[in-house]
Amino acid sequence: MKLEARSLGWATGARRIVQDVSFEVTPGETFGLIGPNGSGKSTLLRLLAGLLARPSGAVMLDGHPLTSLSRRDIAQNIAVVEQIAETSEALSVRDVVELGRTPWLSALRPFGPQDRIIVDEALEAVGMAHMTQHRWATLSGGERQRVQIARALAQRPRLLMLDEPTNHLDIHHQLSLLRLVGNLPVTVIIALHDLNQAMGCDRLAVMDEGRMVACGPPSEVLDAARLASIFRVKATRLRDPADDATIFRFQCPGE
Amino acid sequence: MTYVAATGVSRRAHGLWIAQGAALLILVILAGVIVGETPLPLSTVAATFANHLWNAGLSVDPIDAGIIWSYRLPRTLVAAACGAGLALSGVVLQALVRNALADPYLLGVSAGAGAGAVAVTILGVGGGLLGISGGAFIGAALAFAVVAMLARAAGGGSAQLVLAGIAGSQLFNALTSFLIAKSANAEQARGLMFWLLGNLSGVRWPDVVLAAPVTAIGFLICLWFARAMDAFSFGVSSAASLGIAVRQVQVMLIGAVTLMTATMVSLVGSIGFVGLVIPHAMRFVVGPRHARLVPASALAGAVFLILADIASRMLIPGQVVPIGVVTALVGAPGFAMILVRNRRRI
Repeated sequence: MKLEARSLGWATGARRIVQDVSFEVTPGETFGLIGPNGSGKSTLLRLLAGLLARPSGAVMLDGHPLTSLSRRDIAQNIAVVEQIAETSEALSVRDVVELGRTPWLSALRPFGPQDRIIVDEALEAVGMAHMTQHRWATLSGGERQRVQIARALAQRPRLLMLDEPTNHLDIHHQLSLLRLVGNLPVTVIIALHDLNQAMGCDRLAVMDEGRMVACGPPSEVLDAARLASIFRVKATRLRDPADDATIFRFQCPGE
Repeated sequence: MTYVAATGVSRRAHGLWIAQGAALLILVILAGVIVGETPLPLSTVAATFANHLWNAGLSVDPIDAGIIWSYRLPRTLVAAACGAGLALSGVVLQALVRNALADPYLLGVSAGAGAGAVAVTILGVGGGLLGISGGAFIGAALAFAVVAMLARAAGGGSAQLVLAGIAGSQLFNALTSFLIAKSANAEQARGLMFWLLGNLSGVRWPDVVLAAPVTAIGFLICLWFARAMDAFSFGVSSAASLGIAVRQVQVMLIGAVTLMTATMVSLVGSIGFVGLVIPHAMRFVVGPRHARLVPASALAGAVFLILADIASRMLIPGQVVPIGVVTALVGAPGFAMILVRNRRRI
């Protein structure tokens, strides 16, 4: 699914959170968003999913403006996993994942066997199939994150948007989640904090103070000068002798 | 605290549950007709029903028949419609505002309906065109608008909404008292105060004709949007990303709540705690999914209010205790239980 942002912006009161962002995501690619805290990554993701009122500019989905599509059409194409998901309802894991089928169902098209299979597959994919009856309130942060990702997978989207999905996850689940996301046959837009993990994206965009200041292949985008000016760290590139992969070592400037 | 959620009851078990609930409702309606100051035998009730429904021509004491058909049956049916409507209103408001404390009473909708109804009764607002129900509807809609705007201005959180609801309730209740104190004579004032506490004494067939369709329409709207209400579990933005046309669903559901609450208040006064306690009790029984919660709450609300009405007639011989007093006597401890069970989640 092709997604295009055209001079996209959003302001609350006098504060501009995102300004004049334009880029294209090509079908099948994994597109990473990085940037310091408060740089506008989450807001940009919500704008791309059409979840914020009164944006400036436009988002085009396969050439159609997002505003011309119904919420249901959008949800059949785009699934979003936000950073914070809280409920006081006593929902089970399966209940939450079943919510992902919402855009495909109606009063006249109830939940059926096909939906059950899709939900089972989604639970399997995130390794939560053994906990389907557990209550949301009893899950750990990482388990909740994985359940929300299963919910998004159950939406069967063509474009998946993830806002810092590796937060709360232990290192094993971080890596297996990134591998899962990378292997999905869908377009992915993912906001990440860990710059080493961001190296695994096809392309990276850097957000700083609401603007997109760079966009391109990770090795070009993450150069020492940019890391120093935007992320305020001194970065040293290291080479893993096992597979020749590049990794960063970060230090505070002046160390 | 169990770690395993109430297991997914199968579709067939769900159907069975609803059938049992419906059977219980019919039994309770019968009880509502039989029990009273003059207990009437089931045979008399059956004969009266047969006469009215199929022109059976059985011989029944006309006074007994009158009590059954013109007095107790409409009263019981309105109690059922009213209980179902209030419970459904609670389900909807709790789902939409994601607060366990939401119900039409707490959010000021009932108070607004009461003020509207009193304005029409005493001041003749609307010049006779509006009617008590119309006045109640406008009052309820106005109160909800005031509360919603105040909550928004206060930052839009769930706690802010409850606080705004309290402010709204106080304002509209004060308005009602002011209208009564200023314009009503002693007789009117007594009657209105009694009516405001909830009173089914004056209910007749025309009231059934108003209450039953309103509750039926409200029920169908709730059932139609059951999946949408599920999607609100993680908030408005999450509902939108699941494909819910949020504004449209909110307008339909809040419209249904306003209509049901206003109708019930205009008929029987404002009755608290049903909208709050019944949906919570049903969550424990059938779980949080609205496809089950909606029919379960409607049934339980209906059964509960009929029983409360029977109690209000029987508690003090020769006197009717306002039904709002009965629901509060049962509801307040129920409410306390919700507070304790939810602890930090509210």
